[in-house]
Amino acid sequence: MSNQDSEIPVVLTGQHYTTGNHAAAEGSIAAGCRFFGGYPITPSSEIAEHMALRLPKINGNFLQFEDEIASIAGVLGASWGGVKSMTATSGPGYSLMVENIGLGLMTETPCVIINVQRGGPSTGLPTLIGQQDIMQARWGSHGDYEIIALSPSNVQECFDLALEAFNFSEQYRLPVTLLMDEVIGHMSEKLIVPPKEELTIISRKKPTDPPDKHLPYKADDSLVPPMATAGEGYRVMVTGLTHDERGYPDLSPEAQDKAVRRINDKIRLNKDKIIKLEEYMLDDAKTALVSFGTSARAAKGAVNRARKKGIKVGLLRLITLWPFPDEKIDQLADQVDKIIIPEINYGQVTREVERAVHGKTEVKGDFRLGGAIHTPQEILKEIERN
Amino acid sequence: MSEEEFQLIEADAHPLDGYLREGRIPHIFCPACSLGSVTNILIEAIKEAEFDRKKISVVSGIGCTGRIAGYLNFDSFHTTHGRAIPFAIGLSVTDPERKVIVISGDGDLFAIGGNHFIHAARRNADITVICVNNFNYGMTGGQAGPTTYVGQYQTTAPYGAVEEPFNLPDLAASCGAVYVARWSALDVRRMKDSFTEALLKKGFTFVEVLGSCPTTFGRRNQLAEGKKILEYFKEKSEIQHGADTKTVRIDKDSQIIVGKFVDIKDKKTLTDHLMAIQRMSKATGKKG
Ligand SMILES: Cc1ncc(C[n+]2csc(CCOP(=O)(O)OP(=O)(O)O)c2C)c(N)n1
Ligand code: SF4
Ligand SMILES: [Mg+2]
Repeated sequence: MSNQDSEIPVVLTGQHYTTGNHAAAEGSIAAGCRFFGGYPITPSSEIAEHMALRLPKINGNFLQFEDEIASIAGVLGASWGGVKSMTATSGPGYSLMVENIGLGLMTETPCVIINVQRGGPSTGLPTLIGQQDIMQARWGSHGDYEIIALSPSNVQECFDLALEAFNFSEQYRLPVTLLMDEVIGHMSEKLIVPPKEELTIISRKKPTDPPDKHLPYKADDSLVPPMATAGEGYRVMVTGLTHDERGYPDLSPEAQDKAVRRINDKIRLNKDKIIKLEEYMLDDAKTALVSFGTSARAAKGAVNRARKKGIKVGLLRLITLWPFPDEKIDQLADQVDKIIIPEINYGQVTREVERAVHGKTEVKGDFRLGGAIHTPQEILKEIERN
Repeated sequence: MSEEEFQLIEADAHPLDGYLREGRIPHIFCPACSLGSVTNILIEAIKEAEFDRKKISVVSGIGCTGRIAGYLNFDSFHTTHGRAIPFAIGLSVTDPERKVIVISGDGDLFAIGGNHFIHAARRNADITVICVNNFNYGMTGGQAGPTTYVGQYQTTAPYGAVEEPFNLPDLAASCGAVYVARWSALDVRRMKDSFTEALLKKGFTFVEVLGSCPTTFGRRNQLAEGKKILEYFKEKSEIQHGADTKTVRIDKDSQIIVGKFVDIKDKKTLTDHLMAIQRMSKATGKKG
């Protein structure tokens, strides 16, 4: 099923006017995704629908599973089948996936999960925005692990960060979450898809030693082991149990220490390469906004308005939400008198910022619960309030 | 570990020709458990079917039976409880030449994983599913499950189970499985033949093996010592190839009907459908 001479273009180079959901689907395809397994849920379904249309044309496969648990299990299976794979969902579906996201973390399986967030808890606000799944993305599955989650603020970034999510997942061997939100998913904007040659595509490192010498969970200094997949003669042994370098179950505290430390440290060690931030007018700022996703758009508008009034405000936009940019926030705390966090939840990123400032500056959340976005004027008012 | 030790473990000089991961033996199965022999029979069937070993993947869920995948020296996957089937589908569709075998327990495949089983059968996914039905949850200490028969004693059915059990061959057949057979752990040769047939057939093939679990099933149901369960199977079972699956339900003290019940020819599989979609998508001018 992998005929390379397909005439249908894989990368749709050129200028488009499209939605965040479609852009994320195209970014995934450009990254090399050839398997999508999913279950319909608003506001993410357009990603599945677009993949159903596009993947078969480029020798990929789309499967609508019976639920989200099956979807993520199928995605992990496809990844071990040697194919870049993904799913897309929203909060209720992500909730069903978390056990198998843990399997992906423990077995170091590259894949991408898009969560187009809506308001929760529970069925919540099916058609309206929320940014309430930040902590779920971090801690949704049980156990100790590090995770990568990226948050786009415009349609172009949906494409770019979907591709980046695949690159990170392949490079560091873990499920990566693209945390979109309903507004970004459904808004239409300009998207420029670069020529294929200009895209950086990363694929999992392959073993170079022969199968009879290969230790599938032995890593070099990068802490990321090369990945043999099914059908390559390596007779891979994959288990969610604590395992040794052979992949064999080893239920000793020593094996747990070694395995779990490494899957955490491979992300901690590379934090600086994973954390992406946008700094906007921060140089001389006395007040900083920290925001992400859709909220960061209004935050930027508020900075522009405040600057016109001569107020020294800047924005730190979190493109990477996890790992959290502790050091950057700590530096910011030395510089500014106040940090305001506009977010569409009841304080999830605010709590992280509070932790990271070490009491050095005032931290204030500017919360909307799900269903509504901030206006720049509202955030400006928050800035002007002492 | 040193390189020599590692090579020793992986050496292909065992009677089973390196089909077992020798570094993982001894296995965890209790004395007189049938899972060891089912593992051997599966290996015999894989050998007989003469697949390219690289093209075989074995997937299990969680449970005593779920440990089998990890003992086999193929690409093997020990996944989460109930999710072996969708994981296997992901493996299967990414290489139409891959033979994917799911082997797991009754609780794993029909309680927590029941939804996946019925949909995989409906889709005619290209996988072979083997269920070792030991009438209870062995690994977690003998709780009742979806195949526990009325009147059976288990830790969570201390007064005797009251719910109707699944009739697994009938469930599989009615959901669209193209091959359905049942054997008891005693029917070594016929089980092997059925495994081989199921492996060689395209589409969703299913074999139920009635397993002997003296530890957590037998002990509570007057079938504790060594071969008691096998003797019980011998006494009660009757071969009826082609039996109407509606008639093969297992009740307390009932006859146990074994045999090959379903063998359907030429039904399009999930792989066939996905390939057809690829052809259609390229033929239509549909944008995108
Ligand atoms: C999500 C989840 N729930 C519960 C368990 C605990 N658990 C492990 S094995 C098992 C039952 C296994 O029964 P069965 O599939 O019949 O396998 P057997 O041990 O009898 O071979 C359960 C409930 C688990 N591992 N994961
Ligand atoms: S508990 Fe039962 S099924 Fe599990 S290993 Fe022991 S005898 Fe076998
Ligand atoms: Mg069981």
